[in-house]
Amino acid sequence: MSAHHDIEHLARLIGMFPPPPDAWVRAARELPQARRELDGIVARAEADAEFRAALITDLESALRAEGVEPTRPLLDELRRRVAD
Amino acid sequence: MEAARDDGEAASSRSAALSAEPTDAQLVQRCRGGDEAAWGELVDRFSRYVYAIATQAFRLPEHDAEDVFQEVFARVYERLGDLRDDDAVRPWIGQLTRRLCIDRLRSGSREQLADEDALEGIAADDAIAEIEQAFDVHEALAGLSESCQEILDRFFARDESYRVIGEALELPPGTIASRISRCLGKLRDNFDDEGRNQPGAASSEQVT
Repeated sequence: MSAHHDIEHLARLIGMFPPPPDAWVRAARELPQARRELDGIVARAEADAEFRAALITDLESALRAEGVEPTRPLLDELRRRVAD
Repeated sequence: MEAARDDGEAASSRSAALSAEPTDAQLVQRCRGGDEAAWGELVDRFSRYVYAIATQAFRLPEHDAEDVFQEVFARVYERLGDLRDDDAVRPWIGQLTRRLCIDRLRSGSREQLADEDALEGIAADDAIAEIEQAFDVHEALAGLSESCQEILDRFFARDESYRVIGEALELPPGTIASRISRCLGKLRDNFDDEGRNQPGAASSEQVT
């Protein structure tokens, strides 16, 4: 393998590793905080029937209102925990 | 002169990068201890890897890739305590990503796709192997000066033009090509120095 080819190969490999969208990374980074927010939402839903009803109607808006990015895993978890 | 200055800068930066960067195992241990900054570092370290597997090896459309991406990190966060070997976090995340991509393809198919081997075949082994190599190269970039890291990342990974790079880094566009060439040369030299002529050679471990 020539030196020139080595460099081309390295360049191609760098190009294979683009960053994902910032919002995806931010949501993943904020997972610990989001989990804490989730605990708070569930606790509130257990104590407040009206909030619980509104929550079940629109989980996504409820998460957004608490400042949490409503990613699919968080929505699934909230749905499961509210249903329990 | 500029090349000599860059070489010194690269050596200094490389040394600092190597001593400052926690190993995968150290990062996992800190995450397990509830260190949220470490969790952020772990996400940063593996985000491109997960994204590359989903979008390049499995060619998932963007919305499916996003779901897989978030699910991977949610599971990693939940199950980090179950990891038997902290050094094996990379193959574990790789395997988890491939499995979730397969699940996504299966759930999106109207046909009954019972044969998992056939689904595994969708992501060609060559593509996965190249992504492993790309990860090694990405890690090796940390051994270059910050200016080299940035220019190579902007040009090759972010697909930015000479003009955009020149504006961002306050460099005349006419010098960008030569800098890219010089930085690539340094990267190749680093691989040669470390006996890593074959990027990806050390990354074939699997977790069961």
